[in-house]
Amino acid sequence: MAPKQRTPRTSRNPDLIRGVGKYSRSQMYHKRGLWAIKAKNGGTFPTHVKKAADAPVAAKPPKFYPADDVKKPLVNKRKARPTKLRASITPGTVLIILAGRFKGKRVVFLKQLTSGLLLVTGPFKVNGVPLRRVNQSYVIATSTKVDIAGLNVEKFDDKYFSKKVEKKKKKGEGEFFEAEKEEKSLLPQEKKDDQKTVDAALIKSIEAVPELKSYLGARFSLKAGMKPHELVF
Amino acid sequence: MPFKRYVEIGRVALVNYGKDYGRLVVIVDVIDQNRALVDAPDMVRGQMNFKRLTLTDIKIDINRVPNKKTLVAALEAADVKNKWENSSWGRKLIVQKKRASLNDFDRFKIMLAKIKKAGVVRQELSKLKKQTA
Repeated sequence: MAPKQRTPRTSRNPDLIRGVGKYSRSQMYHKRGLWAIKAKNGGTFPTHVKKAADAPVAAKPPKFYPADDVKKPLVNKRKARPTKLRASITPGTVLIILAGRFKGKRVVFLKQLTSGLLLVTGPFKVNGVPLRRVNQSYVIATSTKVDIAGLNVEKFDDKYFSKKVEKKKKKGEGEFFEAEKEEKSLLPQEKKDDQKTVDAALIKSIEAVPELKSYLGARFSLKAGMKPHELVF
Repeated sequence: MPFKRYVEIGRVALVNYGKDYGRLVVIVDVIDQNRALVDAPDMVRGQMNFKRLTLTDIKIDINRVPNKKTLVAALEAADVKNKWENSSWGRKLIVQKKRASLNDFDRFKIMLAKIKKAGVVRQELSKLKKQTA
């Protein structure tokens, strides 16, 4: 059943000061019309029929009582949710990566994954950064935005980026080094195709803005005289 | 060596310290040895220490403590805004403000433009050198 449309509940008893209402208990009784409800119901207040509580299932007495009282941990009702995204980071924002293999690279933000990490792409053809996850803390958000409308990034989630679990191989002494050489994993063709589709649409919107492509291809670095706390990104 | 800019009623000054840093104000009255009554079209008339003011070359024609309306009219008549923005001091401040507000992308575009300009200048220079050589 759809809930009735209600105006937000306001009190009929305005505050004179905080903690002191204008009307007394008996005045409020009259104001709320409880006398009318009682009259309609023959002198008594209408009640819901109490549900007969299920008789508690007779629990078997425990076989073992611990010697000392064990303290129970407190109730924790916190829910895990993805990291709060900075207001300056919106889909299509150009971000500067600050750490890792791609430090200094300017990169396009696509979406925030459920783990809280940011999904980001170079695009690959422009600066060599593939579809990748990046932590919000290691990123500067610039105010430059790329038009990302029409880009479908629904299929990318944290599972897409998880490491492949290989079956354990039994290694013999002599085969040790050979096995190591073969373990270099190749990128599955599917991931390469995903990269191409995402980048195709992006590159079109990037080339629409003059000099944006070379901007994304260049790395950011602090030069002499640049004061990071005074720079506007 | 003599002073050229005097504290007088109608002198336009630049605030160089405090909440109104960077604002152009008009000295509308002198309170005592250290303070002036100062007014501008977009602020409430108030007192300011002379140490917070840097005098400019611009002076307008007003009586002591005019109405806001009269003040604004006098500023329009003397065309203070344009005089300031065309003066070398005013232009410098505008450029400073623009540079401080540059985006990372803007800075990149400026870098490319500077390189291009330097290239063109160098080409012309080498042409001229060849002529004289």
